[in-house]
Formats: sequence, C-alpha cells, structure tokens
Amino acid sequence: MPQSQQQSRILANDPLTAEVFRLTVYSPEIAVAAAPGQFVMVQVSSSLDPLLRRPFSIHSRGADGSISLLFKVVGRGTALLAKARPGDKIDLLGPFGRGFDLSAAEKPVCLIGGGMGIAPLLFLAQELPGRKHALLGARNRDELAPLAKFFADIGCAVQLATDDGSLGHHGFIPDLLDEVLPDVSQVCTCGPSPMMRGVARKCRAAEVSCQVSLETHMACGMGACLGCAVPGRDGSYVHVCKEGPVFNSEELPWEL
Amino acid sequence: METLDLRVRIGALELQNPVLTASGTFGYAKEFEPFLNLNRLGGIIVKGISLEPRAGNPPPRIVETACGMLNAIGLENVGIERFISEKMPYLRTLTAPLIVNILGDSLDDYRELARRLDEVPGISGIEVNISCPNVKKGGVAFGAVPEMAAAVTAVVRGATRLPLIVKLSPNVTDITVMAKAVEAAGADAVSLINTLIGMAINAETRKPRLANIIGGLSGPAVKPIALRMVWQTAQAVQIPVIGIGGISTADDAVEFFLAGATAVQVGTANFYDPSAAEKIVAGLEEYLQRHNEERISTLIGALDTGGK
Ligand SMILES: Cc1cc2nc3c(=O)[nH]c(=O)nc-3n(C[C@H](O)[C@H](O)[C@H](O)COP(=O)(O)OP(=O)(O)OC[C@H]3O[C@@H](n4cnc5c(N)ncnc54)[C@H](O)[C@@H]3O)c2cc1C
Ligand SMILES: Cc1cc2nc3c(=O)[nH]c(=O)nc-3n(C[C@H](O)[C@H](O)[C@H](O)COP(=O)(O)O)c2cc1C
Ligand code: FES
Repeated sequence: MPQSQQQSRILANDPLTAEVFRLTVYSPEIAVAAAPGQFVMVQVSSSLDPLLRRPFSIHSRGADGSISLLFKVVGRGTALLAKARPGDKIDLLGPFGRGFDLSAAEKPVCLIGGGMGIAPLLFLAQELPGRKHALLGARNRDELAPLAKFFADIGCAVQLATDDGSLGHHGFIPDLLDEVLPDVSQVCTCGPSPMMRGVARKCRAAEVSCQVSLETHMACGMGACLGCAVPGRDGSYVHVCKEGPVFNSEELPWEL
Repeated sequence: METLDLRVRIGALELQNPVLTASGTFGYAKEFEPFLNLNRLGGIIVKGISLEPRAGNPPPRIVETACGMLNAIGLENVGIERFISEKMPYLRTLTAPLIVNILGDSLDDYRELARRLDEVPGISGIEVNISCPNVKKGGVAFGAVPEMAAAVTAVVRGATRLPLIVKLSPNVTDITVMAKAVEAAGADAVSLINTLIGMAINAETRKPRLANIIGGLSGPAVKPIALRMVWQTAQAVQIPVIGIGGISTADDAVEFFLAGATAVQVGTANFYDPSAAEKIVAGLEEYLQRHNEERISTLIGALDTGGK
C-alpha cells in the first residue's frame, strides 16, 4: 500500500448540516491505495498557524479517483476546511494506518457508528460483499438522516438511534445491538469511546469479534512522532496511526 | 554557472549538503521513504536510543500551540539491541550518512551506548542528547550543569572514534557556557536547540493539556530563540555549530548559516511537510544561484551587522 503526498483538487464540499460537511477531492494515488478504516492527513492551512495536519478517515471512494471525507466543524482546522471551495487545491498525505480486517467478510457484518465515527463505515460498507447491517447513531435527525441515506443507498439494512429521539430509537446504539448480534459474526465500530466500550462488552459476552477504530491527537500520522500512543494490553503503548486506528477490542486494556 | 558546492564538514565527517533531519521527528527514516529521496539529504539523525527500550509517557503526549507544538513523548524508543537488529539493516541501505542520537540516565549508560555503536557498521556519527535527567545526581539534567555536560562528552569521546555531536538544551541561563564546556571535553560539534520547556492549559476543564503537564516546545514559534542561541554560540566556540529550531524553508536555513551555523536540522516541519528537508536542499541551490554564490560555506557566519 504505497503512500503519497498529493495536491488534490476539491470537487465538492457539501454541507450536510450547518456543521457537517462532505468534502470530495480528486486524489487518484491515495484513492487506489486506500483500504476501509485508513485515514489521510489533511493540510488545513498554507500558513504556519494552525501548524499541524488534521487526520480524517476515508469516508468513501469514487470510481473516478476521488475520495470523500466527512467532517464536523469542532475547532480552527475544521472551520478552515469548511471554507474550502470546489477548484481549490488541498494537500493530502496517505493513506495511513491499519484498516478493518476484512478476512472474515463473507459472513454477515454489523457496522456500528456514532456521530462522525460513521465516516469510515461507509467506505467499509462499500467494500464489503454480502449482507451487512448498519446501526447508526447521532445527536438528532438533522445530523443522522443524510448519513443514513448513504448507507441505505448501497443496500445496507439500517437501524437508527438519536440522543433526542427525533429519528429512530431514542437512546444509545448499544441498546439496539442485542437483537442483531445472534445473526452476525463480526462487528466493526467507530464513535465515542463509551459507545465503543458498550459495543465491545456486548460482543465479548456474545463471543462475536469486535473491531474498534480509535482517535487520538496526531502530529505526523506516519509513525514518526510517537505522539499518538494509547495504552495497550501489556502495560506498553500502541500507536494509533500505525498499529491502528483499527484494533481488535481484545488488543486494548478495556475493562469490559 | 559552475556546479554548486553544498558540502560542509562536521569534524571528520563530510556531508554532501548541510541539511539533516532532527532526532525524534524523522522516525527511523523508513517512514519517510514514500515522501522524499532520503539520499538527497545531508544526513539522517534517528530517534534517540537508550540502552533499554523505553515505553514513554502516558497520553496525551502532544498538543498544538500557536505556530508550534508541545511534546512529552518521554523518549520512547526500541532500545539499542532492537535498533541494531531491526532498524540498522534498512538504514545501511541508504547512502546518506546516518547519525545516531543517544540518551541515558547515567554516565555509564552513555559510555556503553557509544561503545556499542562504535562497533556497528553503517554509522557515521553520534549525537548525544544531554537534555535528560542524571538519575544519580537527583535528576538534574546533564545539559544544565557545565561539569556534567563535559563529563558526558568525555565518556562518549573515550568510547568511540565516531564524529561526536553534543546536542545542547536551551533551558539554561547561558548556552555558550555549555558549548564551551563540551568543546573542551572533546566534542567535534554542537547542535542546538533541543525543545524549550513549556506548558498548555485547557481553560474550560482547568486541566493541563499534556498528561506530563509540561513538555518541549518546537516548530516555527521557537526559531527566533534558536537563531539567537546559534549566533551567540558560533561566536563562543571554534567547532561547528548545527542549527535546529523551527526550520521549514530554505530561507529559514540560510538565516541559520548567516548566524554562524555550519549545518541545520529540520524537525517539526517533517510532520506537516514530510518532503520539507529535500525541498530545503533544492531551495538552497536556488538561493546560491540567485545570489551568484558557488559555495554554501561562504554563507556561514556572513551576517552583516553593520560593524556591530
Ligand atoms: C484516525 C482519525 C480519524 C478521524 N476521522 C475523522 C472523520 O472522519 N471526521 C471527523 O469529523 N473527524 C475525524 N477525526 C477527528 C479530527 O481529526 C478532529 O476533529 C480534528 O483534528 C479537529 O481539528 P480542529 O482544528 O477543528 O480542532 P482543534 O481542537 O482546534 O484542534 C487542535 C488540535 O487538536 C487535534 N484534535 C482535536 N480534536 C481531535 C480529535 N477528536 N481527534 C484527533 N485530534 C484532534 C487537532 O488535530 C489539532 O492538532 C479523526 C481523528 C483521527 C485520529
Ligand atoms: C515529537 C518530538 C520528539 C523529539 N525527540 C527527540 C529525541 O528523541 N532526541 C533529541 O535529541 N531531540 C528530540 N526532539 C527535539 C528535536 O530534535 C529538535 O531539537 C526540536 O524539535 C527543535 O527543532 P524543530 O523546531 O525544527 O522541531 C524531538 C522533538 C519533537 C517535536
Ligand atoms: S501520529 Fe505521529 S507517530 Fe502516530
């Protein structure tokens, strides 16, 4: 999987809500090398402030050498990214990291995403053959409805949950899992840490393998700065950009 | 135009150009292979190595600050054994000179590291990180006391014939005192600056942003301080000075040469632009052409202070 640095032309930057955008760029070298669960490092400014690149999961891959990112404005870097316009160039590095392990993919897979953690799961759903089930959660209908449509459009069975009950189940996604677990052999999840822990706990009880995608602050994304460490199982640290961002939940020292 | 001459000399080591990569910001080089031609670099300095592997600090380890970043990695590294068995085979395939950065808790650690590396083929020099606590002396950094800095330099000098660079900490009252002490103890060159100790706080949560509370500041924010320290040090010692701190363009590098640096190291810039070091080499050639100069060495210490 060769990595590259690419000045990528922006094809679209569609607002899905006031805060969530889908950015599509023409980046053929990165697109061809990418696997679901991997991420890119995006230069958000050509000045020295903000200085560091921002990591974003690859949200989907087009047949035409494009990739899309799904992002929410949470700070200065993402606010700058929201201003990017079609025709602008943006500097991307990637693809980085270990993505989802698809080797058991013939069996039914359940994708569980919360908030912006939904981003990498669409690319995964695109690449997975066979039956797949998506449990998706977000704060409210505005945020969840457009994302849910992307999954329905590619033939996923979709179940939804919102914090405020404005769409789907009123409450948390792990609540929906009990019904689905007996039918699946693999769960892939990305989202807030409490959600992923809840999912991993239920998977362990049901003896279903669970892959989780983690987030940490990153300076380089390529294994050079060692800034992205999180505790691993044996008292040592694992590096999210290199050994992750996708881990088997059993590789993490989570109290489940 | 004649062919350009970017060569510089660090003790017995001749570099094809004066652009090196800074320890801890370039991994073990292989990570950067997709993004630049490693053999175009003047030299490669790898992540600091200790005798035993180190796990490093708990997260969060890094935080972005205005035009810079703070890190508290905690000197995580694979240790000398694994460095030699796992990292050296690849590093030996590169033609760019390899300089190994070392760190220790005691004089014995430094001596043993230098002795081991002296026997390993494919290493062109040693850079000694003295910004580490001396465990036997109550944890005071070796680099904070001239006698201790000199003692480290002397034990390493006694254990290896490899060119020896001592990397100075800026967290001292007068860096020229340290530079003179290590020069007298046998250093072939000094490199500066290591990171400046700093801190960041989250006002909302009222918590420090780094688990370690304090960390080292690097990036463009530190460049003016680094430049000033290089300028003062270059006047205080006879040995070459290698400038480090916030360098991300060829112009930044030229400023360091004018201040008296013989070579430079590119650090944090590797993170936001992994081809920065190679671009700086190309940019220096362009600078020489634009200024009708043939040799980079004519820039060293050529600062025009108007007679001051
Ligand atoms: C592997 C990976 C994949 C990601 N994928 C997505 C995605 O698909 N969509 C999405 O919206 N977000 C994603 N994120 C989170 C995204 O990187 C942050 O929201 C973004 O960096 C915030 O930048 P900012 O300048 O707006 O925020 P600021 O808070 O101003 O950023 C300050 C610094 O903190 C870092 N930072 C802040 N929040 C995070 C965070 N949650 N994770 C990592 N670094 C952070 C920034 O990178 C920057 O260095 C991902 C993070 C990782 C590690
Ligand atoms: C993440 C990180 C890790 C570093 N690790 C080391 C190290 O192991 N040994 C060392 O001597 N310096 C280390 N440094 C210091 C750099 O080599 C350099 O001296 C410093 O960052 C200033 O240069 P810059 O502003 O160009 O980054 C590290 C710096 C950073 C940012
Ligand atoms: S982000 Fe730099 S090592 Fe992982």
